[in-house]
Amino acid sequence: MRLYVILLILMGTLFGVALMIGPAGIAPLDSLHALILGGDGPMTLVMREIRLPRALLALMIGAALGMSGAAMQGYLRNPLADPGLIGVSGSAALGAVIAIQTGIAATTTLALPVSALAGALIGVVLVLMLAGPRGGSLTLILAGIAISALAGALTSLVLNLSPNPFAANDIVFWMMGSLADRSMTHVWLALPLIVVGLGMLALMRRGLDALTLGEDAAQAMGINLVQLRLLLVFGTACVVGASTAVAGAIGFVGLVVPHMLRGWVGARPGRLLWASALGGAVMLLAADIVVRVILPMRDLKLGVVTALVGAPLFLHLIYRTRRGL
Amino acid sequence: MTLLSVEGLAVSLGGRAVLQDVSLTVDKGEVVGLIGPNGAGKTTLMRAILGILPHHGHSSLAQLPPRARGRAAAWMPQSREIAWPVSVETLVALGRTPHLAPGQRASAEDRAAVDHALERMGLQEFRHRIATALSGGEQARVLMARALAQDAPLLMADEPIAGLDPAHQISTMRAFASLAGEGQAVIVSLHDLGLGVRHCTRLIVLDQGRIVADGAPTSVLTPALLRDIFGISAWFETTPQGAVFQPLEVLE
Repeated sequence: MRLYVILLILMGTLFGVALMIGPAGIAPLDSLHALILGGDGPMTLVMREIRLPRALLALMIGAALGMSGAAMQGYLRNPLADPGLIGVSGSAALGAVIAIQTGIAATTTLALPVSALAGALIGVVLVLMLAGPRGGSLTLILAGIAISALAGALTSLVLNLSPNPFAANDIVFWMMGSLADRSMTHVWLALPLIVVGLGMLALMRRGLDALTLGEDAAQAMGINLVQLRLLLVFGTACVVGASTAVAGAIGFVGLVVPHMLRGWVGARPGRLLWASALGGAVMLLAADIVVRVILPMRDLKLGVVTALVGAPLFLHLIYRTRRGL
Repeated sequence: MTLLSVEGLAVSLGGRAVLQDVSLTVDKGEVVGLIGPNGAGKTTLMRAILGILPHHGHSSLAQLPPRARGRAAAWMPQSREIAWPVSVETLVALGRTPHLAPGQRASAEDRAAVDHALERMGLQEFRHRIATALSGGEQARVLMARALAQDAPLLMADEPIAGLDPAHQISTMRAFASLAGEGQAVIVSLHDLGLGVRHCTRLIVLDQGRIVADGAPTSVLTPALLRDIFGISAWFETTPQGAVFQPLEVLE
């Protein structure tokens, strides 16, 4: 319980900080005034159309990546599992890359995210067809790896054959993941999917706890493994598909956050779900603040920062685990 | 009272029949030892009875809805899996899963069942220890306590005493006997025929997916059956200290 309170306070604070920083240099009180009470002038526009969507997306996507990471690790009973494992992020990225390459991304704001979502949907259908509706977790991992590899290869092919260096440049930057210049349109596109996805993943709570004893024992205790697997795949597809569609590929959050919080929830995979959602939101809000504070003029990419912070953190965790063995 | 009835159960895996035409009933108060050589189909039979394996034929347990089945029978698989470093208490409390409706929290009754199971396996001092940090034998007892916390009339255990020291082998078999004394029933697969003879009320011998003998230990373990099914000879006598069974030689 205390952990949730601490994480909620941290999240609220970082959300407030995220709203108050930016190149416009608005005083904190003025910015909140403009955000809540509105009024004419550029200040309200900056707050409502630039900073608010950015902070909201960091919160939503962080929560999405954190919880789906916890669900994936719990289901596969492997602390090294990551939400990207079932191929959703790879196929969403492919959809986005095709949209940039063909130029339809430039036609409307929604063209790119919708194309990414279509990619995610195709990816998830292929994974389920390959892995089958029932069966162990191994077939799911193998199907996910196959689809990830295929999506990665096709993404490289698009880059390889790209006749337009500007499009290639756009693709590379987009794939690094960022929350810069997103609008409320992006929020409204991602929000319903993320809410539905988080709801599905949260339903896995008891099943994940029971899976601590293995698939056989969990099944004999009345856990429906087929249903659990569908919740995992569709829940992850919703949250990761939506996240990748609006923000690009942001790595390490889903891997590191559940790992860091596991000790705080007594290693119970069910409890780790919401804790990781809050932790993911905290991590992504913090990373997006870092991006804007450290190199405000250079458009440092969010995915680069999460990887730069995440990798050493992960190495530290591995070191600690090794000592504990 | 009958806790389990199985009629004409058959399982084929990859086109090969691994279980054929198995029929049996288990009543209250029985400790049924399931014996047979490696690959005879013991694990397959228990999993098919639970309905967690595709099968033909009738099993009273497999017909129940999943959670009701979880309240009717507890299952201890042979693989002693503990995936996360949770506390012993948390792990044992997982046994209450089939008793909780979705979203329902553990009640006083659930906590009492967990306490009772910990006490029964002598694990009170281990309550707050991390389950994955225990020795293999201790983990086996913790998993046994988890199955006991499930508080089901029928307990099915797949080689629960493999890898335990002699004292814990005997006390585990005694625990089964005392459960049966309280009106529950136990089906336990075993390789140690000596312990089976002493602690089971009934032995079922499985060979190549069929039941070849079913009855009291003394009537089942005849020299002919030991020769034909297990390929061994044995010394088997009823002594003042109870039935004693000692395998002797491998027969050619």
